[in-house]
Amino acid sequence: MKTFTLDGREVPFSEGQTVLQAALADAVYVPHLCAHPEFKPHGSCRVCTVKANGRMAASCTLAAREGLTIESETEEVRELRRELVQLLFVEGNHFCPSCEKSGDCKLQAVGYQLEVKTLHFTQLFPDRPVDASHPELLLDFNRCILCELCVRASAEVDGRNVFALSGRGIDKHLIVNAESGKLADTSIAVTDTAVAVCPVGVILKKGRGFAVPIGQRTFDRAPIDALSEKKP
Amino acid sequence: MHTLDLPSLLARHRNDPTRLVQILRGVQQAAGWISPPTITELAGRLGLPRARVEGVAGFYSFFCTSPRGEYRVLFSDSITDQLLGSRELRARLCTALQVREGEVRNDGRVSVDLTSCTGLCEQGPALLLNGRAIARLTPARIDELAQRIEARQPLDSWPAELFAIQDVVHRPDVLLGSTLARGEAIRAALARGPEGTLEQVLRSKLRGRGGAGFSTAEKWKAAKAAPGPTRFVVCNADEGEPGTFKDRVLLHRHLDLVLDGMTACALAIGAQRGFIYLRGEYLFLEASIEAALAARREAHLLGTDLLGRRGFDFDVELHLGAGAYVCGEESALIESLEGKRGIPRSRPPYPVTHGYLQQPTVVNNVETFASAALIALHGGDWFAGIGTPKSSGTRVHSVSGDCARPGLYEFPMGVTVKDLLDASGATDVQAVQVGGPSGVLLSPQEFSRRLSFEDLPSAGAFMIFDARRDLLEVVQNFAHFFAHESCGFCTPCRVGTTQLRNSLDAIAASRGTRRDVKVALRLAKLMRETSHCGLGHTACNPFLALHEKFKPTLDRRLSSLDFLPTFDLDDALAPAREVTGRDDRAAHLEES
Repeated sequence: MKTFTLDGREVPFSEGQTVLQAALADAVYVPHLCAHPEFKPHGSCRVCTVKANGRMAASCTLAAREGLTIESETEEVRELRRELVQLLFVEGNHFCPSCEKSGDCKLQAVGYQLEVKTLHFTQLFPDRPVDASHPELLLDFNRCILCELCVRASAEVDGRNVFALSGRGIDKHLIVNAESGKLADTSIAVTDTAVAVCPVGVILKKGRGFAVPIGQRTFDRAPIDALSEKKP
Repeated sequence: MHTLDLPSLLARHRNDPTRLVQILRGVQQAAGWISPPTITELAGRLGLPRARVEGVAGFYSFFCTSPRGEYRVLFSDSITDQLLGSRELRARLCTALQVREGEVRNDGRVSVDLTSCTGLCEQGPALLLNGRAIARLTPARIDELAQRIEARQPLDSWPAELFAIQDVVHRPDVLLGSTLARGEAIRAALARGPEGTLEQVLRSKLRGRGGAGFSTAEKWKAAKAAPGPTRFVVCNADEGEPGTFKDRVLLHRHLDLVLDGMTACALAIGAQRGFIYLRGEYLFLEASIEAALAARREAHLLGTDLLGRRGFDFDVELHLGAGAYVCGEESALIESLEGKRGIPRSRPPYPVTHGYLQQPTVVNNVETFASAALIALHGGDWFAGIGTPKSSGTRVHSVSGDCARPGLYEFPMGVTVKDLLDASGATDVQAVQVGGPSGVLLSPQEFSRRLSFEDLPSAGAFMIFDARRDLLEVVQNFAHFFAHESCGFCTPCRVGTTQLRNSLDAIAASRGTRRDVKVALRLAKLMRETSHCGLGHTACNPFLALHEKFKPTLDRRLSSLDFLPTFDLDDALAPAREVTGRDDRAAHLEES
């Protein structure tokens, strides 16, 4: 089996795997938000940055190969990741205590893993109205981190193309596939993978709030780096 | 304004979804904006998800997804235009037309806004009016524009002189002085054959003129060797780096040289199709390029069996951009050519193996192809004999800013900064920005450095700032540019460019602290190390140079305090004052 080195440990990989995929498959956690085992990696959030043979790279798009020496949990790398997460926080409007996704939110969980204690940067407080048009689903764009997982899931798994991105730069934003711009006018179904895949609290099911009490939620039970995303 | 006939517009583009950016340009031109029902209809007819079409329309800054003025004025926000008084001229136009910047006048007649550098820096200030460039603005010209807009004169009836663009060449050399006849270089390449042509390009040591300086022969060889049923040759004429305008002149005066170079490349790598990706700001070149392409087809220099050689087929299509600097990055350019948002791809794989439609593709700069044509004709050794050992050939420098003679200067590689300053008649120079905002800001101690790959690589821009100028204003302008042009794909560049812009705005308004500088320095490191493409890697260069080389300029604006509120309370009351129509003392917070 071919291997590369990650923080001094030999990580096996198979042909075609990325560094992140190989690490997760070997139960080595590397923080990530836009990467997901079901979807082709595209490398936009950069939170999975590692130092590979002396250069920073996004591990989700870096092809695993022999001879790679990866630094992951060093303070140098963690500081960059922390700042990236801080940028994601100041870009949107994230009020964890009042968010239905608190405790199940990957942004929050990665924030804890990286020991984010302040926002460090200046908050942008964007104006992002919610879309409550759909009878069963709510879109709260304030929490969107533009990971494109819903875009990919709706196109590749659900076959509906409900979501896409528009705008550019800091004005980049999630849109839905309807002339009215409203989710109610799309073909989305509550059972869509696009609904379930949202790592933060943008796509929420109506009519069921706080079903699991805070304190008993996914990342309340165990921190995100204790979880493996390996399929059974 | 013309009326929009979607079916015939689509027919002109063969209902081809890869031509979506071109189709949206057509809609924008005919209707003045791209309405939601139009997007729905377009998506239906092209068989694309509606949201995908909306996403493309929302990406490019020349596309409007909400109504704009019947006359849409976009002032070039290049720093050189700003130094020439563009802000005052903008204010003058707004006052004359009673319109507020960034807004549409109540009657829908006009809107006035900003756009990134329009590539007319040597004849600025400039603006775009419904996509058409107007240069050499003066107060008198502004007043004339205001009158014509107020009188609602159709643009086609305006005097052509208003839209005239000059080619300002002060020092031609082998490229700008070329008198090569159309097709001459192709004949020479045919005589040498594909391998022989490639061999000459290799011997010439030609390196790409777009900025990265990759070996042209290596690129061509890789594309030739890559498996694929078809290959493509793309000319990158998306000259978006502020301060650069050499490609504009090369495409106007020496288009046949560029096309000969593209055709020689097609012969060398075995490509049948090519594209010129022209930045949307250079719309005024569209007609002459289309005419030249038609003339070449007529002369059997494009099409099938070129120059009577059986099986030597090659044709070139013109694509126009729509206001996106990032499309100058080759993989983003290819995405745009495919009718998508201009997001740089993850690499590897590189365009030479997986480019346009995932086929092997050579993307070279305009100047690179023009040089390649000369190499095909005169041979590689001739070219390698010009310039320095590692930087062969000449370089066309776009000189703008504070000098007596702004314009183009073609010099052999290796000329010093001082040589160029002397040639252009610059005096009392405080700093020079080489290679545009993503390049380097030089202080006078560095003026003996040589413009070459060994020392000081450049994408061709050379902006001069004399002692009167406030460099903080220059760096602030560049920060606004990058924030406006970030594609938004990756976190560090998307949020970082905006953070940096806000910090510099605060510092320029004397509301910045040492902490702002410290945060900006960390941000610079983060963006350089973790961004997805070159835009994010280089966006902080101007700020870093200011901090490193011109620290007093930065420091004298900083508050001595460690902390200041990021907003001004009195400023925050401005909207309330406006609503109530008050501006008396009691409507302001007391000075503490």
